[in-house]
Amino acid sequence: MTLFNVPLLASAALMSPPALRFNGVAFSEQGKALLGPCSFNLEGTGPTLVMGPNGAGKSLLLRLAHGLLSPTQGRVSWSIEGRPRQAMVFQHPILLRRSAVANLIHALAVNNVPRKTRAKLAFDALERFGLAASSDTPARVLSGGEQQRLALARAWVLSPQVLFLDEPTSALDPAAIKAVEAAVREFHQRGTRIVMTTHDLHQARRLAGDVLFLSGGKVREHTPAEAFFNRPVSREAQAFIAGELVE
Amino acid sequence: MENNAFYVALSLLLDFDASLFQIVALSLQVSLLAVLIAAVLGFPLGAAVALWRFPGRGIMIVVLNALMGLPPVVAGLIVYLLLSRAGPLGEWGFLFTPGAMVVAQVVLVLPILAALSRQKVEELMVEYHEQFVSLGMSRARMMPTLLWDARFALLTILLAGFGRASAEVGAVMMVGGNIDGVTRVMTTAIVLETGKGNLPLALGLGIVLLALVMLINAGAYLVGELTRRRTG
Repeated sequence: MTLFNVPLLASAALMSPPALRFNGVAFSEQGKALLGPCSFNLEGTGPTLVMGPNGAGKSLLLRLAHGLLSPTQGRVSWSIEGRPRQAMVFQHPILLRRSAVANLIHALAVNNVPRKTRAKLAFDALERFGLAASSDTPARVLSGGEQQRLALARAWVLSPQVLFLDEPTSALDPAAIKAVEAAVREFHQRGTRIVMTTHDLHQARRLAGDVLFLSGGKVREHTPAEAFFNRPVSREAQAFIAGELVE
Repeated sequence: MENNAFYVALSLLLDFDASLFQIVALSLQVSLLAVLIAAVLGFPLGAAVALWRFPGRGIMIVVLNALMGLPPVVAGLIVYLLLSRAGPLGEWGFLFTPGAMVVAQVVLVLPILAALSRQKVEELMVEYHEQFVSLGMSRARMMPTLLWDARFALLTILLAGFGRASAEVGAVMMVGGNIDGVTRVMTTAIVLETGKGNLPLALGLGIVLLALVMLINAGAYLVGELTRRRTG
């Protein structure tokens, strides 16, 4: 990862984030179709909010995009050669049994960042996400909101070109939600492609640049946020926005 | 009074009985070295079996689990056959030396460390898997991370291994020979003194052995608690 030697903000500003393409992607398990087939192209500036009722396949779509799962059909590809640098923030952060700062240093070490620069990058990220005072605290005794901020800081130090977030605020209180949304905006300003799932309409209105709406394992629409919230095309999205129970 | 085991144990300690201290020192050296070697081999082995899928993996897990109950005399017999003059490793001239005792105890302790660490690492892996894949980690890179994050459990497993090594008598008796001043350890000395009918001395030695094991466990517990409080 030679890009780590370039100042982070400069490297991000120079290029627009890589576009993500789903080409007839489907996923099934034990003969049961869980998602797709779906095709779409995420190439705008985003952030892209993946919305839809529970069980629509939002998390599955994110895992396929991030490469945690392989599609049983179709292809996931990027507009750049190879795989972009990417990170994912989960609903329940998975943190190592180490101090907060050691969690970040581990992520940097895994990505072959030179040893000398790791501590500085880690402390800068902790400071940015308001965790400087907790750097030596065991990660797993932090509060839920702090843990999620640490997960975001861990993503931040990796300076990803693409960041996936899977319902990152669904287990948090309002103050913590605000902090997470602020962090998402910071990633976005740095030029990171954001792909985030949520079932919270208000949150989607606050953050979305475009919306990918799923129901029943199918992409029902992919439109700019303004159009999605004001003039939804699909019957499912209309019902979802109107607050009906959609299957 | 002289026949009281506690009195004997106490006087053995307070008199700085030279032969007793030699026996205690050898016991500790042999068992600690055996546990150290078994840990260096067994923990990565356990983690590897937890991480990789390969043909015969299931059989390997069953065998490792079964070997946790390997009778010490059987381990002793195997090592004896290997190291005896006519055996494949006879040229080493290892039989009836402390080295042979270490080898025998490694054979006893290794399956315990490997089998228990495999279970622990596999548990952790269920929890960490998605994050590891997200970070783009190879299985080989996951291994040190998992072993470090399992460190408190591994310490307990290490103690179980040390308990097995320091308590067994069959294996060290067979490959060490209980030679006075050379391969006599606490457990073989206790067997010998009991056989001679010197029960107070045997019991005194037993009390010293027990106290040592407790001391080591208490030390490990303290270290574990302190680091746990620091790193969670």
